[in-house]
Amino acid sequence: MSTPASTSVGRVASSTTAPATAPRQPRRRQPITLRRVLRALFIYAGMAIALIVILGPFAWLLISSVADKVDLLARPLSWIPAHISFQRFIDLTIGGSPGDSQAQEFRSALTNSLLIASVTTFVGVSVGTVAAYAFSRFRFPGRGWMILAFMATTMLPPIALLLPLYQIMNTLGLSDTPLALIIIYASFVTPYVVWLMRGYLDTVPRELDDAARVDGCSRLGALWRVILPVSRPGLLSTSLLAFLLAWDEFLYALVVTQTNASKTIPVALNDFIGRYGVDFGRLAAGGVIAAIPPVIIAFVFQRYIVAGLTAGSVKG
Amino acid sequence: MAVGTLRRAPLKRSKPWPETWVAAAFVAPAALVIFLVVVVPLARAAWMSLFDIELTRPGVEPFVGLGNYLTQLTSAGFWDSVFKALFFTVVTTVLELSLGVGLAMLMDQPMRLRWVLRSLVILPWALPTIVNALMWRWIDNATYGSLNALLTQVGALHDYVPWLSQDTTAMWMVIIADVWKMTPFCAILILAGLQGIDRELFEAARVDGAGTVAIFRRIILPLLTPIILIVLVLRTMEAFKVFDIIWIMTGGGPASSTQTVAIYAYRTAYQGYDFGQGAALGYLIAIAIMLLAAVYLWLLRRTGTTTS
Repeated sequence: MSTPASTSVGRVASSTTAPATAPRQPRRRQPITLRRVLRALFIYAGMAIALIVILGPFAWLLISSVADKVDLLARPLSWIPAHISFQRFIDLTIGGSPGDSQAQEFRSALTNSLLIASVTTFVGVSVGTVAAYAFSRFRFPGRGWMILAFMATTMLPPIALLLPLYQIMNTLGLSDTPLALIIIYASFVTPYVVWLMRGYLDTVPRELDDAARVDGCSRLGALWRVILPVSRPGLLSTSLLAFLLAWDEFLYALVVTQTNASKTIPVALNDFIGRYGVDFGRLAAGGVIAAIPPVIIAFVFQRYIVAGLTAGSVKG
Repeated sequence: MAVGTLRRAPLKRSKPWPETWVAAAFVAPAALVIFLVVVVPLARAAWMSLFDIELTRPGVEPFVGLGNYLTQLTSAGFWDSVFKALFFTVVTTVLELSLGVGLAMLMDQPMRLRWVLRSLVILPWALPTIVNALMWRWIDNATYGSLNALLTQVGALHDYVPWLSQDTTAMWMVIIADVWKMTPFCAILILAGLQGIDRELFEAARVDGAGTVAIFRRIILPLLTPIILIVLVLRTMEAFKVFDIIWIMTGGGPASSTQTVAIYAYRTAYQGYDFGQGAALGYLIAIAIMLLAAVYLWLLRRTGTTTS
């Protein structure tokens, strides 16, 4: 059970996001040589290329979402659109004509996705954290075997479970309900939570448990009152990653959902690709809206996301 | 114990549960979820895969034993899709890892505005897979796509190319889209590994007269091997079961030129309405991935990058 690095979620968070303006060590000024100039040039050129490649495609998606159709379909293509309008965003979210079934589908998909991803995160993180606590604190028969079993489920290809789950959901009368997707997503979020939270809880000193127990807490009370409050960074990382996983899922949703009652954002976007041509401007606007929650999460909570990713993989 | 035994001193706590019981109670909810949503369906899929179930012919489901597996293992379409998936896996993993190492090295250089790159790098990864696929589908569009526009405007191309609907380029376009999204993920992990390396090693090597290339080959790369191996494992296992990005961009086409094994299984089950074959295919993919996992586990143990 030895793990390679002592990377705890908290420690990675502090080390990877060290500000660029960290106090530099006093260094003697080196003479400006051709070699150093070339090196700087090389590095900045690399950075420029990286930024263009990273931002270019996304910038085009943004431009497409607000550009007039005439500009989008022009040949030769005009990169800066002559007419800009946010009408597509209004149509897809608050406005739109009553006959616009595509916009209606998109709106209900937005609510469904928010509901499903939030509930999945809540269920997965609660159930998974309690299990992770047991794996972290107790030694019991079958422990190693069970951890391995949890991890193995994350490797299973969804396609192998797709058919039976589809049939089971039909039999239970759950097909085309948000609940069906919540149940399915909870099952693939939980092992990740167990994995990440066990790693995190291993870094929380056991003395805290003991102290809480001495003060009269039950085991669950110790977890709830003492351990969870000090594990907030780990819980945040884990919850965000769980939310992103659920927000992103497509294959199960494609099979289990049929109507606006349960269709999620990825399925609704897939439906934009109609049989008779695609309105790419609208598709781009829908894509931008769908990307807003994960992109905000990624930027605002970057250190937690990076910490979660690193802890998850280094320990994995 | 009889009811109302209050003989014991009230100060003494009731006897705590044995640890194993507490642990069982704590693990039970998670285990139940996994059991109901993973183990039960898996068992059902195993059962289904032994029958000839075609939705176009309800009520008639003869037992065929391992027939479905044999049909697939001897079918050209299946092996073609396996090779497509392997090609996708090998090319994307190699590109994402090598570009990821480069990007991580770049982000590790002391330079002005480094934080810009470091914070923006997460954007492609954060974009939902479906949005990424749609975005590239639009960029690669045959008549209005910006890739065609860009390449003709700089003079690299005379006529617009239907990137996604000709079999020579479709797979490469999907690969580009996947590499664009997942390289930052690799870079972020590798950067974390890079930051764990003791800087004094570089200084020492430099004093000993080692050049940049030598430092990279002799110090950085060997020390990064564990994290690179882990990223390799994560990426190959994901890539082999790729579905979403291909389904949105090409649907497996043109013809079957981007039909990886997961797409093939989905088409067999939901477009061919053949659930028996579909279940068998699901199992074959799962077995392949578990074998891959076993090989990797052995490899990681051997190189000392142990996992639990």
